[in-house]
Amino acid sequence: MIKTDALIIGAGPTGLFTAHQLKIIGLDCEIVDNLDKAGGQCIELYPDKPIYDIPAIPECTGEELTKNLLDQLKPFNINFHLGERVDELKKNEVNWEVKTNKGKTFLTPNVIIAGGVGSFEPRRFSPKECEQFEDKSIFYSIKNKKIFEGKTVSIFGGGDSALDWAVELSKNSKVNLIHRRDEFRGAQATLDKVHELQKSGKIELFTKYQLKTVKGNGTLESIDIEHENKEIKNLKSDYVLGFFGLIMQLGPIANWGLNLNKKTVEVDTEKFETNQKGIYAIGDICNYPGKLKLILSGFHEGALAARACFKLARPNEKYRFEFTTSSKTIKERLGVKSD
Amino acid sequence: MAKIIYVEHNGNSHTVNVDNGLSVMEGAVQNNIPGIDGDCGGGMSCATCHVYVKEEWFDKLEKKLDGEEDMLDQAYEPKKNSRLSCQITVSEELDGLIVNMPEKQV
Repeated sequence: MIKTDALIIGAGPTGLFTAHQLKIIGLDCEIVDNLDKAGGQCIELYPDKPIYDIPAIPECTGEELTKNLLDQLKPFNINFHLGERVDELKKNEVNWEVKTNKGKTFLTPNVIIAGGVGSFEPRRFSPKECEQFEDKSIFYSIKNKKIFEGKTVSIFGGGDSALDWAVELSKNSKVNLIHRRDEFRGAQATLDKVHELQKSGKIELFTKYQLKTVKGNGTLESIDIEHENKEIKNLKSDYVLGFFGLIMQLGPIANWGLNLNKKTVEVDTEKFETNQKGIYAIGDICNYPGKLKLILSGFHEGALAARACFKLARPNEKYRFEFTTSSKTIKERLGVKSD
Repeated sequence: MAKIIYVEHNGNSHTVNVDNGLSVMEGAVQNNIPGIDGDCGGGMSCATCHVYVKEEWFDKLEKKLDGEEDMLDQAYEPKKNSRLSCQITVSEELDGLIVNMPEKQV
């Protein structure tokens, strides 16, 4: 069990800056994020797109913003729990007991949800019958490529993941690559390689096709794919892989007894606290009159939520407001010299 | 201003007036029309404002930008007549536009 003053769910810009605010005022924190890297939407959705409305930064990309926020956290020793999703949250006397899908448990008086539009999950195939084969014959990511050796693998998608895996798995497997249109958005070099492998018979390419249904009794046997013109082909397949990118799902947050409004969590504007004491929501996921989904609003919300955390984490101490320019205590925490 | 007709997957139809210059996605979100999420706020990076546009209207719309088709690869059940509604800008010419929604967005 990990004890901490505050647990931050979400390592996007709002979560990262809130960690900074907590450390500045002398609180510990831990950060959990379902993605395998920090940055949230900035890094997952638009790493290369310039952002023009971060105060005092005329222009920066999502990736640069993330890097700068991480640099700002360097003076502090903060534990990141990446690739983990918070699944359960329950009250344990004055604290919250928080469990992740990897079996970690946190005990903390403060939980700060900085979850954006929810957690990123792979987009799945639409035919319902796919569910029964999921994690057995149908996968959305690859953990162990050995299982595909000598098998027939049907790969769906048109981006780099689909192309890269088609090339890689064609070494030891029979590969079908299926995409909904003629153009691929993956790297040209990989696409050239795919065409080469197609000519040598290592990869069979089906374009303008999508998955219609999957067939099998317990284990997957074959799949039907449907052409734009409705023609159907049956392909023998031992495994099916889908690479359609990530979507954002509110996920387990919906089960924590919070007041929800569509996909957002209702909070007050003093502490950014939800209807549950000690649970805060900040950034894109929170909602209050006048809410703007701007990164700068997330920073403000995080700064206030951090001060609210102080009261619950240090019930016997009085919070003292100080500036980083003048406070000796803060400078010590930052590891910089006082004047 | 143009009248836009949003048809949910179950057939429920919503007709609203949307100001010129707004996107069809914004028109839906501002009027609380179910079935169009627009999670990324119109950044062409989430594919949760996916709609189908019938041929007679499809050809009248401005052509897709490069990134839109890439994003549609990741949409739920994309078809030939799929569009991201955040990329359709409302103008007088679109008065009467009908957009049909997929079964779900995510």
